[in-house]
Amino acid sequence: MMESHVPPTERARFAVAGARANVAAVLGNQPRGDVVRNNAFAGLLLLSILIALAGLLALLIQAGAQGASAIGPNLLTEPPSTIDTANAGFRPALIGSVMMIAFVIALIVPLGVGAAIYLEEYADETRWWNRVVELNIQNLAAVPSIIYGILGLGLIVRGPIDLGFVLLAGAITLALLVLPIVIIAGREAIRAVPPSIREGSLALGATQWQTIRRQVLPAAIPGVATGVILAVSRALGETAPLLLVGATVFVTFDPSPLEGGYSGLPVQIFQYATRPQEEFQTVAAAGIMLMLVVLVAMNSVAIWLRNRYEQKW
Amino acid sequence: MEATSIGAGGPGGPRLEAPSKRRGEKAIQALLALCGLLSVLTTTGIVIALIGPTVGFFQEIPFGEFFTTGWFPTFNPPSFGVFDIVVGTLNVTLWGMLFAIPIGLGAAIYLSEYASPRVRKVVKPILEILAGIPTVAIGFFAVSFLLPIIQDVWPGEFLGGAEKPFLAIAAGLGIGLMIVPIIASISEDAMSAVPQGLREGAYAMGATKTKVALRVVFPAALSGIVASIVLGISRAVGETMIVVLAAGSTPNATLNPVESIQAITSFIATTATGDISQGSITYQSVFAAGAVLFLMTLAMNIISIRLVRRYREVYE
Repeated sequence: MMESHVPPTERARFAVAGARANVAAVLGNQPRGDVVRNNAFAGLLLLSILIALAGLLALLIQAGAQGASAIGPNLLTEPPSTIDTANAGFRPALIGSVMMIAFVIALIVPLGVGAAIYLEEYADETRWWNRVVELNIQNLAAVPSIIYGILGLGLIVRGPIDLGFVLLAGAITLALLVLPIVIIAGREAIRAVPPSIREGSLALGATQWQTIRRQVLPAAIPGVATGVILAVSRALGETAPLLLVGATVFVTFDPSPLEGGYSGLPVQIFQYATRPQEEFQTVAAAGIMLMLVVLVAMNSVAIWLRNRYEQKW
Repeated sequence: MEATSIGAGGPGGPRLEAPSKRRGEKAIQALLALCGLLSVLTTTGIVIALIGPTVGFFQEIPFGEFFTTGWFPTFNPPSFGVFDIVVGTLNVTLWGMLFAIPIGLGAAIYLSEYASPRVRKVVKPILEILAGIPTVAIGFFAVSFLLPIIQDVWPGEFLGGAEKPFLAIAAGLGIGLMIVPIIASISEDAMSAVPQGLREGAYAMGATKTKVALRVVFPAALSGIVASIVLGISRAVGETMIVVLAAGSTPNATLNPVESIQAITSFIATTATGDISQGSITYQSVFAAGAVLFLMTLAMNIISIRLVRRYREVYE
């Protein structure tokens, strides 16, 4: 293209060739050292991802390989046993986990969504108390789970609430533990609803609560649901706080919410894992497979929900 | 006020105030505020639960005896030198972070600067799954898979040899695996928030891709990266099941990776298992140890929250 505008003289041809060589030297191939260093660095980065993925894979394969021989209907239908080790299962622990999760959902959905609505729709961020609430929730999300166990032991099992070592105490402890997850996810979902939706509703004469209930909340449901699923899957896998609020007994009967001993799936896995006998190690590995299958399914639903219903306004 | 208001609702015009006082609206707002308040009550509850027995504990055990080594709470006479279990916690945290920081940051730089959108779309959910694996499963993995491997490859009698039934480094590596997705995802967020203009400016000056990643994007995202590491440390310090299963229960003030140790969390989890009598010195020592743990993680969480806020303010 350029050549057509340049007079066909020797001098101009040399000048153009020189300029091209310059441009090529600057923008063309990088020095060998740089290329090698770039590739080595990219290789190192890729290696770190591969190590993380290999760790995950090894964990799954190890639990699968060790637990394979114990996987069967016994796992779901039989109680733990020290005599009949070959048929030991997770029945009371599974029932305990399901009951606790039911209580957890009943507690975190109203409380978490309510707090999220308050913080996003009503709270005036310039007021110090609202900032305290916000900082507090962020910190609560990172408080070690065993500290919630201490809270449960000191205030729910004993102390002012004094429920005793019962399943409901475990459920309340777990609910408090995962509540920040629901609040944080709920706030993000509510914040993602554009202000124009609210303004349109208010302009048509709806009150603030009507606007929230009929416009904001329906639009935020996928995000809230994702948060609830993630919170429930966290609650399902938590062990440490339950150890402090009573779920340690070797329970061989089906639990009830307000009396008697109880257990949960991860606690039972822990129980088996700390016993030296080979059979119990195998049952522990099978229990881990069972728990991981449930959790991965739940997390996949959460990720799918988020991607499927992520609304672009 | 009503009489002097101007505009459409001014004198003579239609009144814009609601015909009723909207008591329902106020009640709903109060109810929602109560839900928000519950989170504050949870923190207050934690502090109250910790303070009572901790005060009782320090009435019997002087501070000087607490902040020293020698943790034998069930001996007669008992000894409460908390440094044993604090150092035990730091031991597993140290080895965990030595694994998690390079791997997590490498993964974050790769995802933010190198990976194609397709790779990112596959790898990020997988990392999220890793983040969602219960720690009891990671602990089991550490004790039944990592521990034997470490014992196999450990060079003989180096640092005393690795022939104990439990090893701090097995728990450390398990914790590292747990922390990697935390560091990777927060750091990746911070690096993705660095404006594209900074990268383009560096390329225009002739920087290579490595230099752009390491000298432009990395420093620009530093507050987020540090926040992710601090949060990772806080998680490692508070982790219970992995240490209980893989690190043993021998109070031991050492950073040696091939020793059996006891962490603060594993002391709490193995001691407060239902049948200890309320008001005994052992019961109180659980809460004192819990108070130490709570204060350690609280300090780190606040630092991390502040840092995350800073990068959000700068670039978003």
